[in-house]
Amino acid sequence: MKTNRWTDCGNWILDRFPLTKFWNEHMAHYYAPKNFNFWYFFGSLALLVLVNQFVTGILLTMNYKPDAKLAFDSVEYIMREVNWGWLIRYMHSTGASAFFIVIYLHMFRGLLYGSFKQPRELIWIFGMLLFVALMAEAFMGYLLPWGQMSYWGAQVIISLFSAIPVVGEELSLWIRGDYVVSDATLNRFFAFHVIAVPLVLVLLVLLHIIALHEVGSNNPDGIDIKKHKDANGIPLDGIPFHPYYTVKDLVGFAVFMFFFAVVIFYMPELGGFFLEHANFIPADPLKTPEHIAPVWYFTPFYAILRAVPDKFAGVIAMGGSIVVLFLLPWLDRSNVRSIRYRGGIYKKALLLFVISFIGLGYLGTQPATPGATAVARVLTAIYFGFFLLMPIYTRWEKTKPVPERLTEQPSLEDRIPNFVETFNEVTVKTEGKSGLFSRKLNYQGLSAVSIRFLKRIKGSLD
Amino acid sequence: MNIEGVDKSKRQFLTSALTVVGAVGTGYIAVPFLAQMQPSTKAMAAGAPVTVDISKMEPGQLIRVAWRGKPVWLLNRTPEVLETLKTLDDQLRDPQSSESIQPVYTKNPTRALKPEIFVAVGLCTHLGCSPTFRPEIAPADLGPDWKGGFFCPCHGSWFDLAGRVFRGVPAPTNLEIPPYRYISETQIIIGEDTVETSA
Repeated sequence: MKTNRWTDCGNWILDRFPLTKFWNEHMAHYYAPKNFNFWYFFGSLALLVLVNQFVTGILLTMNYKPDAKLAFDSVEYIMREVNWGWLIRYMHSTGASAFFIVIYLHMFRGLLYGSFKQPRELIWIFGMLLFVALMAEAFMGYLLPWGQMSYWGAQVIISLFSAIPVVGEELSLWIRGDYVVSDATLNRFFAFHVIAVPLVLVLLVLLHIIALHEVGSNNPDGIDIKKHKDANGIPLDGIPFHPYYTVKDLVGFAVFMFFFAVVIFYMPELGGFFLEHANFIPADPLKTPEHIAPVWYFTPFYAILRAVPDKFAGVIAMGGSIVVLFLLPWLDRSNVRSIRYRGGIYKKALLLFVISFIGLGYLGTQPATPGATAVARVLTAIYFGFFLLMPIYTRWEKTKPVPERLTEQPSLEDRIPNFVETFNEVTVKTEGKSGLFSRKLNYQGLSAVSIRFLKRIKGSLD
Repeated sequence: MNIEGVDKSKRQFLTSALTVVGAVGTGYIAVPFLAQMQPSTKAMAAGAPVTVDISKMEPGQLIRVAWRGKPVWLLNRTPEVLETLKTLDDQLRDPQSSESIQPVYTKNPTRALKPEIFVAVGLCTHLGCSPTFRPEIAPADLGPDWKGGFFCPCHGSWFDLAGRVFRGVPAPTNLEIPPYRYISETQIIIGEDTVETSA
């Protein structure tokens, strides 16, 4: 009768705590659209990375010393002498970059399928607050190793506040707690990084998910699945999150962790993008490194800051580049959500935006030469144009008819005959050999295929 | 049991009064919480003056010293440099230093007590990076118009060898000059004025 005792024990808890209700509401009876694709991995991946940052972060604090005299050495101590310290630190530093990769793709998904649009404005706002909190978390965490880039990066970012008229100088003094970035700054950034901001992050994640589960998930067709329900009130196009999407997300976790492990074990600095070279030199308040750039995930905004030849206007532009993202749900006037049914003008605008964002990101890593600054100015104009002209161009947009129910997309399996056909077209059989190497490239076929491919891309932009 | 019914105005008054008292209390506790992040007494006291020996400085040499945790530069300017400085006014944003921070006794064309020795806080007035010292004329990376000066690697601001900012760069004002005075021919004290000798 041992099992009965366990059941009793379980029931004792369930009588006193709404565990079943919670599980059903958010997992087993939460109906998500059945057509989630690749882009829908990144929400759960962000959660995975958050857990990674929490666990490795807690372990790092056990050996890290938030003291300007000890910080740099304690990080090297973790790297060289703490058992598995190098692994934990690289998991944390790579996790920071992975977080931004995942979050940028997650946000881009929103742009693709109109996930920010009515009725999901609040989810977008919570998500943007998460993004800002995450940037604060990453920025303050980057000061902790107390390397040259930590020091001068913090000096520059805190000085941004001094550009605010009247209160700016006082404000940046209050943030630093000293006249320059110093031990006082390091200590308080440690407090913010390990206590204050993580709490805010957890709270915002909860708000983000609660708001999502209230209105339901969007999908690649941008259609409301709650319009068509069966007799039990379950959306016809919905499937329970658990087990269907928990299992799907596990596959995403596995693929993600494969790439994550490759970076951690084989290229933890990723050529200076994840951990900058200058940060292996202890902070020197008397000398700025020859070339200073923020970590890659801040570079688009940093390039905007540099593009403006005026201190206050530059800071306004940089702040504005984030503020416009908050306004997105109200800037987009189109009533079609998904890019599948939107007009060519939005597709082209989105393409230009992606080019400007990546371009600015690249320029932000490069020294500020006059040529680079000129390009950055053009890209900054495109960046803001995408958002600020949106109320105008989305009104002209000629959208396509939106279907009533979710559409079937050909699966990877369905596409195999097509792949085989394309392979046969671009290659030609030669005599004498067998197997895969018996075929040679057929240039005529290759050009025909690439022309067809380019025409399809052009067609899909209309 | 109250037979007269509920006096809503009294209830409203009590609610408002409690809200106000609560707000005042929150305000009182907010002051120490926020003010504890201000620089501590120790941080404010750390700004003691620094004495620098300039007797061993070669012409054209720049030395860096720390004052209040900030880099302070001392540059021994050659006569050629001083000649060049006179020709730059039309390219500068604030050639007379009228909007910049400096003691009154250095608000002159060379921005120094003695023209040869230039003293400045080595932090860009844009976002606080320390500019690099680039005395050479027309180096490959800075272009043929470069007459020697300070180049901020962070955001590309240019200053001449008197710390005056060029036009069309992000920095708004000239480099800050700290209070300083000569104790003797070969010694400079930084962080102390001629007038404040008793400090």
